[in-house]
Amino acid sequence: MSDAPEVNRAVVTPVRVVIALCLVAPFVAMLWVGSYAKTDPEFAGIPFFYWYQMLWVLISTLLTMVAYQLWQRDQRARASEKGGASE
Amino acid sequence: MKDGVNGVALAVFIIFFLAVTVMGFLAARWRKAEDEHSLDEWGLGGRSFGTWITWFLLGGDLYTAYTFVAVPAAIYAAGAAGFFAVPYTILIYPLIFTFLPRLWSVSHKHGYVTTSDFVRGRFGSKGLSLAVAVTGLLATMPYIALQLVGIQAVLDVMGVGGGENTNWFVKDLPLLIAFGVLAAYTYSSGLRAPALIAFVKDTLIYVVIAVAIIYIPIKLGGFDEIFTAANEKYTAAKAGGLVPPEAGQWTYATLALGSALALFMYPHSITATLSSRSREVIRRNTTILPLYSLMLGLLALLGFMAIAAGVSVTNPQLAIPQLFEDMFPSWFAGVAFAAIGIGALVPAAIMSIAAANLFTRNIYKDFIKPDATPAQETKISKLVSLLVKVGALIFVLTMDKTVAINFQLLGGIWILQTFPALVGGLFTRWFHRWALLAGWAVGMVYGTIAAYGVASPTQKHFGGPAKEIPGIGEIGYIGLTAFVLNVVVTVVLTFILKAAKAPEGIDETKPEDYTADSGDAGVQVELPPATAGASH
Repeated sequence: MSDAPEVNRAVVTPVRVVIALCLVAPFVAMLWVGSYAKTDPEFAGIPFFYWYQMLWVLISTLLTMVAYQLWQRDQRARASEKGGASE
Repeated sequence: MKDGVNGVALAVFIIFFLAVTVMGFLAARWRKAEDEHSLDEWGLGGRSFGTWITWFLLGGDLYTAYTFVAVPAAIYAAGAAGFFAVPYTILIYPLIFTFLPRLWSVSHKHGYVTTSDFVRGRFGSKGLSLAVAVTGLLATMPYIALQLVGIQAVLDVMGVGGGENTNWFVKDLPLLIAFGVLAAYTYSSGLRAPALIAFVKDTLIYVVIAVAIIYIPIKLGGFDEIFTAANEKYTAAKAGGLVPPEAGQWTYATLALGSALALFMYPHSITATLSSRSREVIRRNTTILPLYSLMLGLLALLGFMAIAAGVSVTNPQLAIPQLFEDMFPSWFAGVAFAAIGIGALVPAAIMSIAAANLFTRNIYKDFIKPDATPAQETKISKLVSLLVKVGALIFVLTMDKTVAINFQLLGGIWILQTFPALVGGLFTRWFHRWALLAGWAVGMVYGTIAAYGVASPTQKHFGGPAKEIPGIGEIGYIGLTAFVLNVVVTVVLTFILKAAKAPEGIDETKPEDYTADSGDAGVQVELPPATAGASH
């Protein structure tokens, strides 16, 4: 984007791959209905089908939080890199 | 169903309703800016909302009274298939995380209030922008109507909806009053009113759900009993079940995915998003919004509880209000009904504001009066928000309830067809504007015809959201099939149009606009000075 003479930072970095995985995981888990369309094991009388999906609400929240933290760190690192290069 | 009016419940309901009404009018003074006549002020609350208000606003807006009535109702009627709402809301957050901050940035840089504004700016096409605006309006109106259906269900159970033989005016009077109040404070306070009331609504709903999910299972003898009773009912009725059958799994997954993709195409979701203070507010929100999904999952289980509690209603929409009335002491039933009722007012207000913004910016200003002043824009928006609500009211009062639900179903299919132009446009300018328009048209036509052709035991047309996917042979969500067709047409035509060197249109945005945050040059400018200073 910027035409500063600094080295072009790679668009795909390991951190960004992790972020992408965090965001893609809920899709894989939730759209693969066959993996959880069953009643056993039950949890407190609630069939697997229901508690498993509700558990995924929590898992996906955690994953999004991780993605958010990583993304912020990534952005900050880039910003300081940029600032350092221009000095 | 018990006869007569439930006096205590009704009194509690009315007290809450009055409190909320006063708040609605006072909201105009909350975080007030100097220039109250701009559309930014009335329609986006000055774009100054922080994480928590945005959270309440988004939650208030996405999890509507209708959701709270309809999701458990679907479970009550059909079992597992109705639970798709949970994976649907799970999938929303990674999606928001990915594209909404970009929309926030570009909108704040260029002063876009609606998605159509963005599409016009990005593709330089008034036609495409009009298509997006019209789709948004078409899809929003039945959604507002459904909120009124939600209030009606509560009123019915409280005994103030009137019987079959009361005169229509007496029967509909409570709904008319609720509606009048809603219209009046939206008109005077704009987006600030629902934002403030959303606090009350969410608090009430959390309390009600927390109590319901603990109290009702104890009364019914635990979840074991509840699910056993539910299973017996589904087996006896030979409909539904505790897990979706093999054949229903495609439907389940495609409904979840299609609905998740569609949700943030709705004008009202975008309104709530753009009113936030910074793009970080949006990302931070994706980490706290899932609380609502958890609530929705728990709420869905109420459908099973209604079965176990022996609630027997012909209209499944009444199952949950009836369950509350049967299970709770009267005063708490009143609180629960207030939660549903207020839960209908908040989204109805936000939706009508969003529809009004859309009309004013993308139809009135683009096609009718290009030189409208900001004060005129605000005036038209206020009027349209009123008209939209009156339209929804007429819809509910004159037509069968299933019609509202059918149109809402169509609305979801339609709104999904604006996805390629909006989200595609946020990431790439590769798509050709005419190709996007053609793809949109194909998706709209296919979706409408396919939905028309779905019959159910009670209806000849618009009987459900799912149909056989051509070429795959599984039953899937029509909206998603139409969306795939839409994308295919768009891509193929883009290649052809590019080869033919068709004019591309002018893109007024720059790549860095999509990552700009508050504080960057050019971003603050749109904020009215007083609001920008007051936003802490």
